Amino acid sequence: MKRFLPLAIRLAVLVLLIVFITEPNVFAPVFKPLTENNAPPIYNQGSLLTLTLLHLRVVLTATVAATIVAVGLAILVTRPSGREFLPLSRSLVNVGQTFPPVAVLALAVPAVGFGQKPTLIALFLYGLLPIFENALTALTTLPNAVMEAARGSGMTNFQRLLRVELPLAFPVILAGIRLSVVIGLATATIGSTVAAKTLGEVIIAGLLSNNIAFVLQGGLIVGALAVLIYDALSGLERLAARRMAPKEEAG
Amino acid sequence: MIEIESLTKRYAGTPVVDAVSMTVDPHTIAAIVGTSGSGKTTLLRMINRLVEPSEGVIRIDGKDTREMPAHELRRGIGYAIQGHGLFPHRTVAQNIATVPVLSGWDKARIDAKVDELLELYQLDPQAFRDRYPHELSGGQQQRVGVARALAAEPNILLMDEPFGALDPVIRAKAQDDLMTIQQRFGTTIVLVTHDMEEAIHLGDRIAVMDGGKLLQYAEPAEILANPATDFVETLIGSADRPFRYLSLSALEAVVEDGAAEGEPLPVSATRRDALAELLWSGRNALPVVDAAGAPLGRVTREALLEQAARPAA
Repeated sequence: MKRFLPLAIRLAVLVLLIVFITEPNVFAPVFKPLTENNAPPIYNQGSLLTLTLLHLRVVLTATVAATIVAVGLAILVTRPSGREFLPLSRSLVNVGQTFPPVAVLALAVPAVGFGQKPTLIALFLYGLLPIFENALTALTTLPNAVMEAARGSGMTNFQRLLRVELPLAFPVILAGIRLSVVIGLATATIGSTVAAKTLGEVIIAGLLSNNIAFVLQGGLIVGALAVLIYDALSGLERLAARRMAPKEEAG
Repeated sequence: MIEIESLTKRYAGTPVVDAVSMTVDPHTIAAIVGTSGSGKTTLLRMINRLVEPSEGVIRIDGKDTREMPAHELRRGIGYAIQGHGLFPHRTVAQNIATVPVLSGWDKARIDAKVDELLELYQLDPQAFRDRYPHELSGGQQQRVGVARALAAEPNILLMDEPFGALDPVIRAKAQDDLMTIQQRFGTTIVLVTHDMEEAIHLGDRIAVMDGGKLLQYAEPAEILANPATDFVETLIGSADRPFRYLSLSALEAVVEDGAAEGEPLPVSATRRDALAELLWSGRNALPVVDAAGAPLGRVTREALLEQAARPAA
């Protein structure tokens, strides 16, 4: 029962979310009390389903790109030949993180124009750090005896990376990706200030027309997405890590 | 055969291994003994080029080890280390199959080899093949680690404190297993240990190292009888020396005609075992039997004590 309950709650949230973005008008009575002057209780300037899918697409694209670059960079600077680039890449990635996404948007718009692109750039830069840091930690703290055995058994550097280092680092890298995705899901909403099609549109429309129901709808969908995706990735991580069993569980 | 010729490794100018020369004969076990920091592990790791020598040559069966790429050299040399170093994300079977897979064996041959090794180590293939390393006990992990090192049927096996993490009971069993396997496959073994007892038990020859230098390289009896330096003598431990000396030989040559009372010992038992049994049971003689249990005669306390004296130089 204890294990069943959290799963049931998540399943319920998922069902509720799907029903809400496909048939939002079913929920009109729920949001009605939040509106004034007969304003529409449900977002009516576009399909919530389309916006949700576009929102997910921009986050997915940015995260995939950030993962490729961050993991690639982490691999590069943990090879003997790339070690001297470690400080440089670290500060580059840190800049990406400390630069506020709003500022990135403001700077990117003149360069690439309005729309999806500046949002992608901002999310990409913002997502780099967690993935890079985690990949770096994972690749630099691999158990010594295991690495020694991998070398001693005659694996080439490349075989060692593919067969031992990356599989062992995978759960930790995945944790970085998870953080990056969740940050991205929330941050993507501000992309709508530069005309990116995301769930931010719903929130902004609500703010402009002083309609709390809209703001809440946009916020709730993003929140539910974040929680569900976070949990799904955590589950995947546990699955990957269980096979290797952390040391404290062994014995 | 492994020929090591004036091998030196320097780190920042300081020699860690200093002009070591030694030859390990085929099908024998060489035990390298020394304290930590003596350079014994570095010496071992230079044989499969995990450490590149600063100077000197290593030849395996007459061939300079630098003639082929390091990773190919290593696939032909088994390597077992303390704490086993099993790949935690791979099953027992996948771990054992590491080198055969790298060498491109076909699947049927790999499966057969994995099962053969598991059976050799008394691990039921059905039960153990698909387990992960963390699901094994320490002793089982160690056995799988050695099985992995032996999987590609290497002529040479390098072992770095392979039994260091095991408790005494499992360690004795692991040592006996190693000797059985060495006799079965005829593998040449170079084993690093800090435990003189283990070196005497396993080694056909013992290399004693200190401060990067090879102090003495000789058969155990010779090391015990004529230690080359004070350091070697300290390492042997003067209090244990006669007993270690007795432990080197079986009973065969000290058996005499006659009868004795009590539990018999097999003729393959060491003289130390026999003496211990005599002292502990308060007897003066005990019966000796052959492998089949047929009586061969007896061995007396006096005969054993005579054998424990320092041999004439």
